[in-house]
Amino acid sequence: MSNKTELSVSAIKEGTVIDHIPANCLFKVISILGLDNCDNLITFGTNLGSNRYGKKAIIKVADKSFEKEDLNRIALVAPDARLNIIRDYEVVEKKFVTVPQEIIGIAKCFNPKCITNNETIITKFTLVNSNVMALKCHYCEKVTTEEHLKIL
Amino acid sequence: MKNRSLVSINDFTKEEILKIVELAKEFEANPNRDLLKNKVVASLFFEPSTRTRLSFETAINRLGGRVVGFTDASSSSTTKGETLKDTIKMVSNYADLIVMRHPLEGSARYASEQSNVPIVNAGDGANQHPTQTLLDLYSILKTQGTLENLNIFMVGDLKYGRTVHSLLQALSHFNPVFNFISPEELRMPDEYKFWLDSKGIKYYEHSEFTDILSRADILYMTRVQQERFVDPIEYEKVKNVYILNNAMLDNTKDNLRVLHPLPRVNEINEDVDENPKAYYFEQAENGVYARMAIMASILGLV
Repeated sequence: MSNKTELSVSAIKEGTVIDHIPANCLFKVISILGLDNCDNLITFGTNLGSNRYGKKAIIKVADKSFEKEDLNRIALVAPDARLNIIRDYEVVEKKFVTVPQEIIGIAKCFNPKCITNNETIITKFTLVNSNVMALKCHYCEKVTTEEHLKIL
Repeated sequence: MKNRSLVSINDFTKEEILKIVELAKEFEANPNRDLLKNKVVASLFFEPSTRTRLSFETAINRLGGRVVGFTDASSSSTTKGETLKDTIKMVSNYADLIVMRHPLEGSARYASEQSNVPIVNAGDGANQHPTQTLLDLYSILKTQGTLENLNIFMVGDLKYGRTVHSLLQALSHFNPVFNFISPEELRMPDEYKFWLDSKGIKYYEHSEFTDILSRADILYMTRVQQERFVDPIEYEKVKNVYILNNAMLDNTKDNLRVLHPLPRVNEINEDVDENPKAYYFEQAENGVYARMAIMASILGLV
C-alpha cells in the first residue's frame, strides 16, 4: 500500500473505486448502478473536498468489476467520474466514463406531452451533442438539454 | 416500404418520397381501384380531426377497403383507462393497417413498436404529420412540374407549426431556397435553421410581406393562433400583418400557388379564393390521392 496518510473512506483490497462524482449526484449514481441492491461491501463518502467541484463523492465497491456499458450509464450525472480498478490495494487501471450514443431508461424526457411521460414506457434517447449534453427523444423527437435533464 | 410504418417524414428517403408522389398522380388519374378489397383498415382517432379522418376514409373507400375505428377518444376504451399499448395490441390483431391520430407526441412511434401491422401516423400532437407533408409535396409537384430548385415562402406561425417543419425537412432533398415571414415570437426555431445551415440550404427571414414576394414559387400560409402569445397585446399588434389579400398577388409569378394546410381563419382573405393562384382547396383534395398512394405502398399492393 502506498504512503497515504489518511483516507476519508477506507481503502479496499480488491474492487472498483468511483471517484469525482458530484456530491449531489451520489445517490443517483448508486441507484443507476443498482448498488442499493448489491450484496458486496460498499463504502462511500460524500461532501469531500475537490478542486473540480467544490464537493465530491466517492464510492468504493469491494470485489466487483463493472461492465463498460453499465459504467457509462452514470456519465449522464457524473460526466467527470473516474474509475480506479484496485488489485491488492493498488490502482492497476484508471478509466473515464463517456456518455453513450444511445441512452435507454435513465433519463426523463422534458416534454410533458411526450408519450413516455404518460404511459409506462422505457425512455430512449440518442446523443445529439455531447458537449452540451443534448438528448433527442426517440419517441417525441424533442431535444432535452442538460438544464432540463432529470434522471429517472 | 412494404409493411413499414410511416411515423415521421424522416423515415422516408428522397426516392421513397418521389415514389409516393408519382403514385399519387396515378391514383388521381384513376381513383377507383379495388386494391384494398378484403382489407380492413383501423382508423383510430384519439382526438377529433374531421378533415384528416374524412380524407383517409375516402381514400380507403375509393380503394375498396373497409374501415373500423372511432372518431374521438370518448368513444373508445381509453376513457375506461386502457393504455395505448393495449388498444394497439388488440386492434393490430383485427386490422391489416392502422391509421392513428393521437394528442401525445411520440405516440405513433410507440404504437409502431407495439403493433403487428403497419401504423400510419395521422398526427401525433405537435410532432409529426407525414401524410400532410406528402400531400403538400404532391401539390407542389403538380403545380410546379418539379420539386427541384423552388423558392418556398412560409408565412405565419413558424415556431409551433409542425406542417412547416416537416415540409422544410422533406423539401431539403430538392435544393430549395426558403423565405420565412413571421412575427418575432413565432420565428423558425434555431434547430431547423442549424439543420438548413448544415445542408447548405439558403434561407431568409422577414417580419412582414414585402415586394420580395414577386420571387415566390410557393406561398405556404399558416394560422397565427392567439393562444401562442403570452401577451394578448402582442397578438393584436401582429395578427393583421400576416393576412394575405388578392391585391398582394398582383406582381407575383404566374406559376405561384398559395397553399394552406387548413382550416384557415382570417389569414387568407376570401377575395383570394377566386384567384387562380389560390390552391388550398385542391391541395386538400390531393390529400386523398396521396393517402391512397401511401396505404397501397405500405400494404405492398402497388
